[in-house]
Amino acid sequence: MDTNSDVIIVGAGIIGAACARALTGVGLSVTVLDSAAAASGTSGQGEGNVLVSDKEPGPELVLAQRSLVLWERLEAELDAELPAAARAALPTTEYERKGGLVVATSADAAAPLLDFAAGQRAAGVDARVIPPAEALRLEPDLNPAVTAGVYYPEDAQVQPVIAVEAMLAAARARGAVIRYGEPVTGALSDRSGALAGVRTARGSYSAGQVIVAAGPWAGEVAALLGSALPVRPRRGVMLVTSRMPHRVFHKVYDADYVGAVGSGDAALQTSTVIESTAGGTVLVGSSRRQQGFDSALDLAAVREIAAKATRVFPFLAQASVMRVYGGFRPFMPDHLPVIGPDPRVPGLWYAAGHEGAGIGLCLATAELLRDLLTGAGPAVDPAPFAPARPGIAAALRAGEAA
Amino acid sequence: MTRVVVVGAGPAGLAAASAALDAGADVTILDAAPVLGGQFWRHRPGGSAGSGGDAGQARLQHGWPRFTALRRALTASARCRIVTGAQVWAIDKDGGQMRLHLAVGEADHPSRSMESLQPQALVLATGAHDHTLPFPGWDLPGVVTGGAAQALAKAEGLAVGERVVVAGAGPFLLPVAASLAAVGARVLGVHEASRPRALAAGWSRAAGWGQAGIMPRKLGELAGYAGRQLRGRIPYRLGTGVVAARGDGRLEEITVAGLDGSWAPVPGTERVIACDALAVSHGFTPRLELAIAAGCALTAGGPFGRFVTVDADQRTSEPGVYAAGEITGIGGADAALSEGALAGWIAGGGAPDDPRARAARRGVTRYQAFSRGLTAAHGIRPGWRRWLNDATVICRCEEVSYGALTGAATATASRGLRSLKLVTRAGLGPCQGRICGRTVEALLTGDGARPFLDGVLPDRRPMAALVRFAELAQSPIRPQSPIQPHERPEP
Amino acid sequence: MTAEQNVTDNTSLTITADGMPLEGVRGQSIAGVLLAAGRPSWRTTAVGRRPRGIFCGIGVCYDCLATVNGVRDVRACQRLARDGDVVTTQAERLPGDTR
Repeated sequence: MDTNSDVIIVGAGIIGAACARALTGVGLSVTVLDSAAAASGTSGQGEGNVLVSDKEPGPELVLAQRSLVLWERLEAELDAELPAAARAALPTTEYERKGGLVVATSADAAAPLLDFAAGQRAAGVDARVIPPAEALRLEPDLNPAVTAGVYYPEDAQVQPVIAVEAMLAAARARGAVIRYGEPVTGALSDRSGALAGVRTARGSYSAGQVIVAAGPWAGEVAALLGSALPVRPRRGVMLVTSRMPHRVFHKVYDADYVGAVGSGDAALQTSTVIESTAGGTVLVGSSRRQQGFDSALDLAAVREIAAKATRVFPFLAQASVMRVYGGFRPFMPDHLPVIGPDPRVPGLWYAAGHEGAGIGLCLATAELLRDLLTGAGPAVDPAPFAPARPGIAAALRAGEAA
Repeated sequence: MTRVVVVGAGPAGLAAASAALDAGADVTILDAAPVLGGQFWRHRPGGSAGSGGDAGQARLQHGWPRFTALRRALTASARCRIVTGAQVWAIDKDGGQMRLHLAVGEADHPSRSMESLQPQALVLATGAHDHTLPFPGWDLPGVVTGGAAQALAKAEGLAVGERVVVAGAGPFLLPVAASLAAVGARVLGVHEASRPRALAAGWSRAAGWGQAGIMPRKLGELAGYAGRQLRGRIPYRLGTGVVAARGDGRLEEITVAGLDGSWAPVPGTERVIACDALAVSHGFTPRLELAIAAGCALTAGGPFGRFVTVDADQRTSEPGVYAAGEITGIGGADAALSEGALAGWIAGGGAPDDPRARAARRGVTRYQAFSRGLTAAHGIRPGWRRWLNDATVICRCEEVSYGALTGAATATASRGLRSLKLVTRAGLGPCQGRICGRTVEALLTGDGARPFLDGVLPDRRPMAALVRFAELAQSPIRPQSPIQPHERPEP
Repeated sequence: MTAEQNVTDNTSLTITADGMPLEGVRGQSIAGVLLAAGRPSWRTTAVGRRPRGIFCGIGVCYDCLATVNGVRDVRACQRLARDGDVVTTQAERLPGDTR
C-alpha cells in the first residue's frame, strides 16, 4: 500500500499532533504514523506543564514565551477547527492559566531562588517576589515554614492527552491521515538514494519531507532513516491522589526543581511539584533518573516524592495515593530541543528532545517547524534549536563513530 | 527451610499455606480482611461461622468443617505466621529479589504499620470479584453485586433488602439467592441470562470433561440450591435479565425482560418488579494486579478471558511465583482447594511425585475442567449492549456515560487505552478500572476484535491499593523479617 | 497480626452517622451498621451528586467511601465498626464547583 503526502510526521504525541495541526493549517497534506497509539509515550505520562517559571533566560525561555501566547488562543481556535460532532464529544483541554508558585523551603534555597527570578525578570518573565505571608494567602495550606516565594502568573496547566487528541482531530478534519500501530522500519529512497518517505510493516509512505517527532525514540527513528540524534530517556514518576476537596490552587513547586531539571546527573533526583486537576485529584511529582527505558516500579522515587510533598503541603500526609505512573523525558545533551532540518539528509526534519517541557513548548515548536518548512519568517530565532548546532555536534560525531 | 508467602486466605490460599507447612516450609499467609476465609468462607469476625448460630451457619456456609480444619492447621503451626488486615500494595524487585510491601491495620486507616517481605517462594491466591455489566440505573443504592449480597448475609447476618431480586449469569446466582433467603430476605426471583439450550450444551460438555463422580455431586449441590428455591417458591428463570433499574435516590423497581440467545432483550417481554434490592453478577473478574506486578505472564483471552498462566504444578512464568484459585481460571472453591494444595506443596519444596502432590493434581483435573466448563456455559453474549442508552453510567467512579465513552472513541479514532482513559476519565477513579475495565475494554475493542495498540494492560496497577502519603513516606526500604520464637538467629 | 477470636462476641457498640447514633455489634462493618439502620447511601458523587452506598461488598469498587473519625476515603464495607466511630457522608466536589 502506497500513500503519498507532502509531509510524514513520525510520532503522534504532543509535538507530532501540534505539527500535524500546524502543517494541515497551511494546506499541506500530512500523514502521521505512530508505532503505538496517540499520546502513548511521554505526552501521556507527564503533568501538563505550560511554564515559564522553570526556565532560565535563554532560547528555551524564548520558545516558551512564544508558546504561551499560542496556548492562550488554542481552545478558541480548536472550537473553530473541530467539526461540531468532534467538538461536542471531546472534553476541553482543561487549559488553565492558574499561575505558578515557587517556594524555598530552607534558608539556603531562598537567595538562589530570588537571584534566578531576577534574571528571569530581566528576560521579560513576570516573576514576582512575594513575602511568605502572601504565599500563604495564595495557598493557605502551604507549610508556613516557607522562606521565600516567587509567583509566576503566566504559568499554566493543561490536560495533555486531551490536547493531543484534539489537535489530531483538527488535523484529521483537514485531511491528515493518521495511522496507529505502524512503527517505521526504514527509509524509502528515490532512485538517487535520497530520502523519499518511510517504510512500515504495512507498506511505504512517500513524502517530500519527513519529520521525526518521536520523543525519546527519536534517536532510533533517526538511525532507521540514515541519520543520528543523541536523545536519551530520563525517567520520571508521578503520584495521583484520589479526588479530594480543592486545596491546591496553583502549580506549586520547590525551588530545587530548577536545579533538578538542568542537572545532567543520572542518579535519582526528586523535587516537589504539586497541582490540582480539573477532575479533583492532585498530581504530585517529580523525579528524574537515567535508567534507559526501564519502566519497573521505582518505590524509592515514590517514597521520596511522597515525603517531600508532605513537607510543602502537610495536609497531604492523610491524602491517598490512588495510582503511580511514569514516563521517559526525551533529553538532549545541551538541554535544548532539536527543531529543524537534518544537515546531512535532505528532507529529514526533527521536532524532538523537549525533555520535560514538551507540552508547554509544542505550539511554538510546531509554528517554528512550519515556518522553516514553508520558508516563512520564523517568529523565534531557529539557530539554537538547529540539528547542526555545535552543542550537539560532538555527540552526533560520537554517535557515528560508535 | 523455604520461606513461603501466600497472598490471599480464601480456599486456594488456605490450602496452599497448609500444604506448604506439610512440605516443611516457613509460611506467612496474608489477607486484607480481618479474618481468614476469603469470600467463599466469609464470616463475622468474632462471631461463630456466620451469624444466627450453627443452624444459620449451615445454611450460609459451605464446607465449613473444611475451613475450620485448615484454619486449625495454620494456627497450630509454629512455622506459620498469619497476618490479617494486611493489604499488599506493591510488589517490586530489589536486585532481582522480589519484595512485597504491606500496610497492616484496620482497612484504610491513615497510619497502618508498613512492612516489607522477601519471600523465597510466593503463592498468589488473590481470588476474584463479581463482574457486573452495566444497565440503566445500576448505580442506584440498593443495586449490589451478588458477592456483596452474600458477604452481607454471611458476615453480618444482614439481608441487603426485604424484597430482593437476583440476576445475572452463572452458577453463583443460586448460592446468592440461598444466602439471601437464609437471612430472611424475600427473594422474588433469580434471573439467569443464559438460555436452556446453551446451558444444557455447556453443562453436558463440562460433565464430559470432568471425571465421573463429579457430575452427580455438583449437580446435586446445585439441585439442592434449586430445590430450596422451589420449596421456598423462588422462581428461577432462564433467558431473562434485568435491563433497567429505577428509583428516587434508591432502588424501587426494575424491569426484567426475556433475552434472546445473544442476550439482547426481546421486545414485548418486559415486566416491572417492585423491589428494594437487586443482587446482580454476570461472572467474575480475577484480581490480577499482584501477579502482573510480580511479572507473571497472562493468558491471551480477550476482555473476559485473561488469567495467570500456570503449568501443571501451578508455577507461573516467574521463577519462585505460583498461582492458584480464581486468578488461574474461574473454577470455584473445589478447584481452588486442589490448585492451592498443589501450589503450596511445590512452593514449599515438596517432592513433585509425592502422593500429596499427585492427589492434588487429580483434584485439579477433576474439578477444574468441570467448573470452568460450567462457567463458560454461562459466558457473556454480546447482545447485552442493547440494554444501554447514552445516559447509562459505564464507569461508576467517574460517572462516565455510554454516550460519552463511545462519542470520544469516535471523535478521536483512538486505538490506545491510555488516551481513551485520559480523554473520557473511564477507569481513572479510585477503583482504577476494577469494576468497569472489562466492560470498557469490550465496548472499545469490539470484544477484542480491534485490540488496543498501546500495550497498556488493563489490569496493571503498580499501586495495588490506596496508601496514604504518610504511610508511603515511612515504609521501610529494607525488608524486615520479624524473628519468630522458633527461629534461631544465624550464628 | 491478630489471632482470630474463636469466641462468639456480640458486644454492642454505637457509632454516629452524620450526627445520628446507630447501634451495631462488634464484628460488623460500618456499612453493615448503616444498612441495618435503613441507610442505603452515605456518599454523593462529584459530577452528578448522586447517592452511593455499598456495591461490590468486598472492597474493590470504592463506592462505599465514608469519612470516618475525620479521615476521608474509608471503605465502609471493609472497616469494622468501633464504639464511638464518627462517620460522615463523603460529599465529593470538583474544583470550582460552587453549586
